[in-house]
Amino acid sequence: MADTDDDHIYLSLAEEHGDGDARWAFGTGFEDPLHGVETAVPAGVDAVRLAADCAALADDALVGAQRLAEWCTRAPELEEEVALANIGLDLLGQARLLYTRAGQADGSGRGEDAFAYFRDADAFRSLRLAELPNGDFAFSVVRLLWLSSWRLALFTRLAHGAPDPVLAAVAEKGVKELTYHRQYAADWVVRLGDGTEESHRRTVAALAGIAPYTGELFTGAPVCGVAPADLRDEVTGVVRQVCAAAGLELPEAEPLPGSGRDGDRTDHLAPLLAELQSVARAHPEGVW
Amino acid sequence: MATVTGPDAALARRVAAEVPDPELPMLTLADLGVLRGVEVAADGAVTATLTPTYSGCPAMAEMRAAVAARLRAAGFPRVTIRTALEPAWTTDWITAEGRRKLAEHGIAPPHPAPRRTSGPVPLELSGVRRAVRCPHCGSAETRETSRFGATSCKSLWRCGSCREPFEYVKEI
Ligand SMILES: [Zn+2]
Repeated sequence: MADTDDDHIYLSLAEEHGDGDARWAFGTGFEDPLHGVETAVPAGVDAVRLAADCAALADDALVGAQRLAEWCTRAPELEEEVALANIGLDLLGQARLLYTRAGQADGSGRGEDAFAYFRDADAFRSLRLAELPNGDFAFSVVRLLWLSSWRLALFTRLAHGAPDPVLAAVAEKGVKELTYHRQYAADWVVRLGDGTEESHRRTVAALAGIAPYTGELFTGAPVCGVAPADLRDEVTGVVRQVCAAAGLELPEAEPLPGSGRDGDRTDHLAPLLAELQSVARAHPEGVW
Repeated sequence: MATVTGPDAALARRVAAEVPDPELPMLTLADLGVLRGVEVAADGAVTATLTPTYSGCPAMAEMRAAVAARLRAAGFPRVTIRTALEPAWTTDWITAEGRRKLAEHGIAPPHPAPRRTSGPVPLELSGVRRAVRCPHCGSAETRETSRFGATSCKSLWRCGSCREPFEYVKEI
């Protein structure tokens, strides 16, 4: 797609300030994140399945990014607020690319906004672990450790094995970002687990509260050829490594029945989406 | 597609290469390594290829528009901007000139990025990170204060010798 209308808004601004020093607010509704990327789905790839997998991985990222954004103005230190917001921004970028890919692959031509803002909770296929409320800082970093370790393990496989080159490229870039996310979460879990009596107690509680939600990370149908069950050893190995360094035990728990991938939800997703989607739904034709 | 070499192609390449990065404006897109190619077809149409730094980079649209606008202003009416997602951008592509400019502006340039082909990414918990030299005084007595700075691509550091804070472009 050369020169879609999308870019004209930017072009007019760039031409007005041809010295390159122009600055303006970034928004959405007028940019295709896969602008100028070859979009054909390769022969032999199940396009419907590819679209569903991309949308589910985008759902994880969007919901996770929204929870991280909720820490703004509430994090223990400014540095942590900035870190959590940056991690959320990386995830949001991954979500945008994956939603756009999903809309291309399923033939609907739906853009990222249609997926993010105009689907209800029952259409989301995100992991339930991603939608749980933030809880305290310990809960949020333990959750981030699980989710980033899981996504990193999956993306390293997709980067080298996904039959769709766009998904493989998104995964390859994502690996670099997720490596930093996991490092951040791991460092904090060690610091809290190996910290004060109170921080240790809270981290133990976070691990226990999250344990039932980790089952669905490793069950269900393959994601673009990668069986979730094959990720279990690597991901739990990483979390165990962090726990050992933090003086923590990784608790065993009965997995929660069902799966977010099959559409099972907690009560927490609908309110999260209500906030996330409120502006776009109040002004459905709006661009900003 | 037949492409041309010669003065037109050289001009198009130079114009695109000189566009400043929106977030690190002391660097050009060529310094940063996000400009992956500029081709001029026999009929004069220009195709420039850019690659995003981070998935969430909010500046991609601005970069595309700026490159297209500069090329038009330089006399190339038909410009197409392609996005190359693969191979993924790495800080290793920041040129020597780009590194020099970063340091000159008080930003420590990145170490070489870790090389990986496949297999699990190891997690290192030792707490020992490679020393980053202070861009102000050159001291290695520095400490990371935050893994994430004002943008995803930078972390925050403080120098123990001159006490100045500084930013470091994280290797990725
Ligand atoms: Zn210094």
